[in-house]
Amino acid sequence: MSTPQPPMPQAAPDRQAAPGSPYPGYTSPIPVVRTTLWHAVASEWTKIRSVRSTMWTLGVFVLLVVGIGLLAGAVVAGSSPDVSGANPLELGFFGLLLGSMCVITLGVLTTASEYGTGMIRTTMVACPNRGRVLAAKAIVFFLVAFVVTLVSASLVALAHVAMLEGDGVLEPSGEEWLKATVGVSLYIALLGLLSLAVGSVIRHSAGAITIMIGAVLAPLVIALFMFSQSLKDVQQALFEYSIPNQLSIFYANSLTDSGPSGWDPLWIMLGLTAVAFAGAFALLEKRDV
Amino acid sequence: MIEAVGLTKRYGDKTAVYNLSFQVRPGAVTGFLGPNGSGKSTTMRMILGLDNPTAGHVTIGGYPYRRLPNAPRQVGALLDAKAVHGGRTARNHLLSLAQLSGIPARRVDEVLGVVGLQEVAKRRSKGFSLGMGQRLGIAAALLGDPQVLLFDEPVNGLDPEGILWVRNLMKSLAAEGRTVFVSSHLMSEMALTADHLIVIGRGQLLADMSVKDFISANSADFARVRTPDTEPQLREKLTSALTEAGGQVLPEPDGALRVTGLPLPRISDIAHDSDVRLWELSPHQASLEEAYMRMTQGAVDYRSVADQRAGLQQPLPPGAQPPMPVPGQGQPGWYAPPPPQQGGQPFPAPQGTPGPSAPAGPYGAPAAPGTAPGGPANPYAQPAPQAPAGAPQPTAAPTAPAPATDPTKSEDAR
Repeated sequence: MSTPQPPMPQAAPDRQAAPGSPYPGYTSPIPVVRTTLWHAVASEWTKIRSVRSTMWTLGVFVLLVVGIGLLAGAVVAGSSPDVSGANPLELGFFGLLLGSMCVITLGVLTTASEYGTGMIRTTMVACPNRGRVLAAKAIVFFLVAFVVTLVSASLVALAHVAMLEGDGVLEPSGEEWLKATVGVSLYIALLGLLSLAVGSVIRHSAGAITIMIGAVLAPLVIALFMFSQSLKDVQQALFEYSIPNQLSIFYANSLTDSGPSGWDPLWIMLGLTAVAFAGAFALLEKRDV
Repeated sequence: MIEAVGLTKRYGDKTAVYNLSFQVRPGAVTGFLGPNGSGKSTTMRMILGLDNPTAGHVTIGGYPYRRLPNAPRQVGALLDAKAVHGGRTARNHLLSLAQLSGIPARRVDEVLGVVGLQEVAKRRSKGFSLGMGQRLGIAAALLGDPQVLLFDEPVNGLDPEGILWVRNLMKSLAAEGRTVFVSSHLMSEMALTADHLIVIGRGQLLADMSVKDFISANSADFARVRTPDTEPQLREKLTSALTEAGGQVLPEPDGALRVTGLPLPRISDIAHDSDVRLWELSPHQASLEEAYMRMTQGAVDYRSVADQRAGLQQPLPPGAQPPMPVPGQGQPGWYAPPPPQQGGQPFPAPQGTPGPSAPAGPYGAPAAPGTAPGGPANPYAQPAPQAPAGAPQPTAAPTAPAPATDPTKSEDAR
């Protein structure tokens, strides 16, 4: 153009600082790296470990799961009720149900807090590939939530088996062990991932957390008040597919005998999360940041 | 190189930006000016691919931002000083951005040094002052050592030392051949920093020209003429003589005259011919600020009005001068005179001026109170504080100098 070009600074090698740009301008001496999803994952890992909310939510989560788990174990072992023939892993359920609220909160905060602070604009300028940012957040959050849940749930399970060993409880089978540790951890991490997608859609921390806690509790509460005979089937379905009941299926102590069983809750949650992510990705691409 | 073509953005039925086309070239600092709410930030967001334009497009180096290869290495932006998570330390904030862009981590410490935040690198940005936040945002923009830089109001909240630093930074970045696009509403700052100006108002392009052209196109140079204060009739005599000779004469509140359209020697000759002594005859050039105010006065969305303090005002003691309104408060237009070629710019006819010295332009006839562009008539009909009183009040001593605030403070602020 007509603008006079100042001489190029230093002897920068002729690398492609501005592909396609017909205007020779400044060329940075810092080598240009083709960024990938893994750069975004490293970035999201830095982000998640460098804020207090992560430590708070995960700290409370571990406290609830391990604390309530051990307390339940101690109460049962101390009162020596008739637990012969029961599965000792079942006691881990209460702590995890409460702890899931923390995972939901962390999941929502991972996405929604960037909208609250305005950080999302900085992030999206640094990485205009919006899908990559959301994918990186999902990967990092899922791994963190899964590992933390797995460690806490396994710790509690081991403690329960040790505490109740002499009370005539059943020796849990290999699959029961797998479901009560890896199974629930995958389920809780997926529930958190669903919250992350909801946070990305709602873009408002408090709103998204409320929606998710409502989704966990509302079906059970609504079902409790369905007295009408004509609603019997709806009530049954709400009970069976409510998230607390799905969680209890991993411990084989479901409220009902019909409905989902075995590993079904995991597939249900996987489907829900996939749908939520499809929506979150589509909206993220379309909407203004 | 940033290029916008027919850029339009609507939010619902509000049009934030309408049909904006401009180019920002490398090697120069381009200032982006406009009143609050004129669409500067919306335009910046569209350039960065954060908002999708309703119509038109904007490219950087030929690509829309979201398809630009290695975008963070080509473009750096400071959008909003507080667009960071307050709970994260300055260093971790920049580290996460560096990792996202594939920039080595040691670059983070480099830019922290450049903006002078090394000592607070380990502190959470929540506790940062606005100025420190600006520095952190500038650090983020510089992180990728990019060729194109966008800054939205970079000097907000900075101390004088910081303002000077930003000014020199912009210039040195442009001198390296980079494209630097800076939005601001601080005219004086832009006059010192920018080489080129893009001015928008109500989302539409008002001007796209160099700073120098902008000033000369939007504010005519004028001469200030002062006749002896002791003889008001001389002033009237000179006014009619100058008007006859084709000049435009506007009285100033302190009794001087602003003359446009006549060169200085000619004014002197006319004065001599009509036997009028002059106390002052001086050339003046309007500042960038004046030029800007004049250009955008029709496009300001949020305008303050004079605080009437109705009912709270004490009746003025007899003979007291009513306080002079501050320029810009409820009386737009007390800025540079209109350029001669445009003639008919709204210009408040100073009410309360003795008839003969009123300007002879199309708006020159003493305006009816309701229609005066000098702002809405005072609904409480206090006769006292009218817009700049043109002549010394008859009750005041005839030699009364300019009142405390001179609303025509125009002389070259640069």
